[in-house]
Amino acid sequence: MSDTLHKKSFFRKYLFSTDHKVIGMQYTITGLFMAAVGGFLAYVFRYNLAYPGDHIPLFGELGAQQYNSFVTCHGMIMVFWVAMPILLAGFGNFLIPTMIGTDDMAFPILNMMSFWIFLLSTIVLLASFFVPGGAFGGGWTMYPPLSAGGYTNPNPDFFKAFFSGASLMILAVALEFVAMLMGGINFLVTTINKRTKGMTPFRIPLVVWFINIATIIFMFSVGPLVAGAVMLLFDITVGTGFYDPARGGDPVLFQHLFWFFGHPEVYVLLLPAVGAIGEILSVFSRKPLFAYKTIIYLALLSAILSVVVWAHHQFVAGIDPRMATFFSVGTIIISIPFAGIFLSYMATLWGGSIRFTVPMMWALGFIGTFLVGGLTGLFLGSNAFDIYAHDTYFVVAHFHYTLFPVVFFGFFAAFYFWFPKFVGKNLNPALGKIHFWCTTVFFNGTFFLLFFNGLGGQHRRINDFSLFSNVVKEPYITFEKIATISAICLILSQFIFLYNFVTSAVRGKKAVKNPWDANTIEWVADSPPPHGNFNPYPEVFRGPYDYSLPGEESDFIPQNVPHTNENIPVLKVKLSVS
Amino acid sequence: MNLIQQRLSVPVIKVPQGRLGMWILIAGELVIFGGLIACYLLSRLRYPEWAEQAAHTSTFFGALNTVVLLTSSFTIVKAHEAALKKELTKVTIYMSATIIGGLAFLVNKSIEYTNEIHHGFTFSSPQLQESGNYVGSLFWSFYYLMTGLHATHVVIGMIIMTVILIQARKGKNLHRVELAGIYWHMVDLIWIFLFPLLYIAK
Repeated sequence: MSDTLHKKSFFRKYLFSTDHKVIGMQYTITGLFMAAVGGFLAYVFRYNLAYPGDHIPLFGELGAQQYNSFVTCHGMIMVFWVAMPILLAGFGNFLIPTMIGTDDMAFPILNMMSFWIFLLSTIVLLASFFVPGGAFGGGWTMYPPLSAGGYTNPNPDFFKAFFSGASLMILAVALEFVAMLMGGINFLVTTINKRTKGMTPFRIPLVVWFINIATIIFMFSVGPLVAGAVMLLFDITVGTGFYDPARGGDPVLFQHLFWFFGHPEVYVLLLPAVGAIGEILSVFSRKPLFAYKTIIYLALLSAILSVVVWAHHQFVAGIDPRMATFFSVGTIIISIPFAGIFLSYMATLWGGSIRFTVPMMWALGFIGTFLVGGLTGLFLGSNAFDIYAHDTYFVVAHFHYTLFPVVFFGFFAAFYFWFPKFVGKNLNPALGKIHFWCTTVFFNGTFFLLFFNGLGGQHRRINDFSLFSNVVKEPYITFEKIATISAICLILSQFIFLYNFVTSAVRGKKAVKNPWDANTIEWVADSPPPHGNFNPYPEVFRGPYDYSLPGEESDFIPQNVPHTNENIPVLKVKLSVS
Repeated sequence: MNLIQQRLSVPVIKVPQGRLGMWILIAGELVIFGGLIACYLLSRLRYPEWAEQAAHTSTFFGALNTVVLLTSSFTIVKAHEAALKKELTKVTIYMSATIIGGLAFLVNKSIEYTNEIHHGFTFSSPQLQESGNYVGSLFWSFYYLMTGLHATHVVIGMIIMTVILIQARKGKNLHRVELAGIYWHMVDLIWIFLFPLLYIAK
């Protein structure tokens, strides 16, 4: 960084930095580290599922309780310590200030504190593996009474109960929420307040819109779960009975509080990734994003709908059947805005001059794989089918088909797209393509066959199927083994990414300012952007997607280029059918 | 262009940053209390027998605390008014009055808690549980959780105001008085909900 005016010690610059790019990097690296931890856990229990009781290379033997802990922590880690820091905090910190044209977040110190609280939460979670009894193993949803120790002891010893896997996990989640709330305040205030001159609401790039919508959903759905988590923590440590049915409490209450946040959380993760994919599709099909405003309205609609569908996770928890119908219908309706968004993306591709770069491949791969997840979601959203498929591998395959594309395809698309900007070096595209094909093939190999296992009746929370003769038969045993081998290959193929990342960051070729001929104003800054990002601050004159405008010489016109010919309508280019 | 000029040229600041951030924080906080109050209300409708437990809470102390909090909200508004006019002595006096109001609230609250604990109504109320009145003990769990979380916010508000007062006394960061005021009003508002729910509805 050419930061001569602002000399700081190593610690202030890289560790306790208030610069949004360093904080974004810290979030992303922590997220990737936790992805490695979560991936290792997945490897261990997948191995155990295919070869129950065998000695697992690099680990040893996996006991039943340990299996439960590993599955639980895998879920927890991947959602709250990988997806959240990478997609919301990482994307938000990197993209919001640079794409709206400002120097830093609105509250840089709050931003720094947000990361350090997040890191503390990571440490608390990892520490929970080493307390007596091991990490919590009652499923990542932490349902009581299992998470509250079964209410066998109404007067628990506080310290013993506090240093248990369940309570440390709740504490870690609570800390993580605090960190993300602090980040969320920053994102919203920065976007509302610190936009550069001319950056009107409908000139903000889609991904910034989507990160902010995701932040709003997060901030306004997490509250009840914070309250619910505090209640659960008291149930564990001081012996209250908020969720104990024998003492007037209600365990289903926790499920409502959890899913009131837990379902919108899916959209919190989905929207930043979908936004980034939209940017990439528009750049590499050299066309304006189709129906930019409509996509934003659809995302807002889905945000509103996302908070009224939560009970579709509880169809077998004994909720009123009339309520189940309401939630089924709501769940299926929410596919309409998303169908709209993805059809707009298809329309963006249509007739474009598509460039098959690495980020574009990830973006297209995202759409293909996410489609499978989205369509199986329609099955599960229906009450009648869900009762049959609940807690089977069908559900497992479904949410991996939604979350894996969102978290990893979305992240990798964005990573390959913005790496030249924020690190200032070029990645190796050949390795990127190998990484893409390996990941796509092995991802589908891991999860596609599990749909059939699920329909065959395999339950998701069992460590050794040899006791269940109805599922220990062909083809399910073979499918299980194919899934495990694919999962191992999937994890191994991430080393290609790691190699590419490290070698390119260290000795890659220096990147130019705008390698992809993109329009949004982060590409106006130097690569990597110095402290303060822009010098001078760009003024914005047009929308973010002025590609291939008729009558213009260049096929892209960055947002900071003034209009020369006032007659050309901006963003009103019709879908050209060639 | 040096860095300071560069910062000045950051173009558009539409609303004062702190005020906007505070409002967003409050929106987030209200959802937390909203969730808790919703849980309480659902249980309250389910268990009419909670009325007899609620009868043990002291309406007098609750009302007194309401008056104390509302008055302290009034003084923080006066402090904000004085801060706008840069009258530092008045700011100091009114902010101190607000902090003392918060302190009075906590003193009241602890007297109240002491009374209740002496009667055996603790967080998980073992006495009630031994007599088989589990539902009653759940009321007290909610009572202590809701008032305790609120009292935590009072304490946080007092700490914030002390920090701001130390700066504002010397005329520094006077705009922060308003932020403390907004936060304090939220604390007040939440109490306005808790008071009828826990004390009056018997």
